[in-house]
Amino acid sequence: MSGETLSALSLSLRVAVLATAINAAVGIPLAYALARRRFRGRAVVDLLVTLPLVLPPTVTGYYLIVLLGRRGWLGAPLYDATGWTIAFTWYAAVVAATVMALPLLVRTARAAIESVDRDLEKAAYTLGRSEWRTALEVTLPLARNGILAGLVLAFARALGEFGATLMLAGNIPGRTTTVPLAIYTAVQTGESGAALALVGILTALSCVVLVAAGRLGARAT
Amino acid sequence: MIRTLLALAVVATTAAGAAAAVPREPTFSVAVSLKEAVEELGRRFMAGHPGVVLRYNFGSSGELQKQIEAGAPIDLFLSAAERQMDELERRGLMVAGSRRVFARNVLVAVKPLDSPLDLAKPADLLDARVRRVVVGNPKTVPAGQYAEQSLRALGIWDRLTGRLVYAENVRQALEYVARGEVDAGFVYASDLAARPGRVKEAFRPGADTYPPITYPVALLTGAREPALAEEFIRLLLSPEGQAVLTRFGFQPPAAAR
Repeated sequence: MSGETLSALSLSLRVAVLATAINAAVGIPLAYALARRRFRGRAVVDLLVTLPLVLPPTVTGYYLIVLLGRRGWLGAPLYDATGWTIAFTWYAAVVAATVMALPLLVRTARAAIESVDRDLEKAAYTLGRSEWRTALEVTLPLARNGILAGLVLAFARALGEFGATLMLAGNIPGRTTTVPLAIYTAVQTGESGAALALVGILTALSCVVLVAAGRLGARAT
Repeated sequence: MIRTLLALAVVATTAAGAAAAVPREPTFSVAVSLKEAVEELGRRFMAGHPGVVLRYNFGSSGELQKQIEAGAPIDLFLSAAERQMDELERRGLMVAGSRRVFARNVLVAVKPLDSPLDLAKPADLLDARVRRVVVGNPKTVPAGQYAEQSLRALGIWDRLTGRLVYAENVRQALEYVARGEVDAGFVYASDLAARPGRVKEAFRPGADTYPPITYPVALLTGAREPALAEEFIRLLLSPEGQAVLTRFGFQPPAAAR
């Protein structure tokens, strides 16, 4: 396997792992809030989180540029303050993968949390547990398989992200070229050997992920 | 309701089918640096050929070459470099003897309109304040290949690699500079002419640092409208075609640089 193939593979794994970790930190509380809380702007949050699932990835990528580019709403103050910009760095690939994967986790985890028997939570409350401890000790453990299935799906999505990544992170070999981007370049330049190797690896990984998600999902119901 | 929708769908598809059956539609794969010039020439061509609708497939020359190799139904290929055309000729996908050079171009380094940096010569790119420089991906984008050759000849390519960003075609490189995502980039003189007021010219690398940038056109063996495609080649080479290309910042094929 060539150096570029290996670097794409290791970058993709790093991006997917980090994006999944951020998803867990942000997505699980979000899923809980959407499932169990009534708050102002809930419908808007729900819409914003879900949009990347239905929008073309290039549209999401465009929004990310408008937001985080060197002249972006958040990107410009950041650049003025630090002289650093996220675009064309591997962090940009993490951001793109995180945003694209979030709806998969949130929707799956939310459904799992909503299916937890509320009487069990009420029992915890009557035993004097706070909502915080009830969520941690009762609700989330009972929804565990659904949440894990969501994380597995989010990981797979992060691993395969192409459009938004290309727009925000570019396609810089050794720095931002993830496996899907490397496959694209390999096909464009006629390196069918490299393309085939990467396609095979990505397909195998996705199969493993789907089987894992399927088992978790089956146990969740 | 559903019945109405179905009826509408049937009417729409029949209408679309009828409309598509009438015009002849030669398809041209066109290096994206030629976009505006070819669209202008195409309008004139179609005005003189009622019932003909030209279809364009814009992209980097390398990308277009691969599509043709993969069997894309293309009549005419207008490339931004000889290398991609050589490859198609070697594979027998080009009609022998149809290949002509119809334009030349020049490489230009550009910077954002509001750039505070004084980039007057190639060595200025090594300034620490120049954090990112965009070139077309040298694997598929001729403008990137020329930029790499030029920067290598100038001895600064290796010192720039940490700052390089690759674009998928030359117009994307222009766009990165225009949006201020990068501090400088390499495009063609014609891109500046086609999109005036988007970026500022910084400097022009010496013409002796990269090979002549020539634009070849050729008829492809898979052409379904070869007669129309050949006519378009004649238009490109005609005084009228050359005048349009000059207006969009290209140089005539025979001119010295």
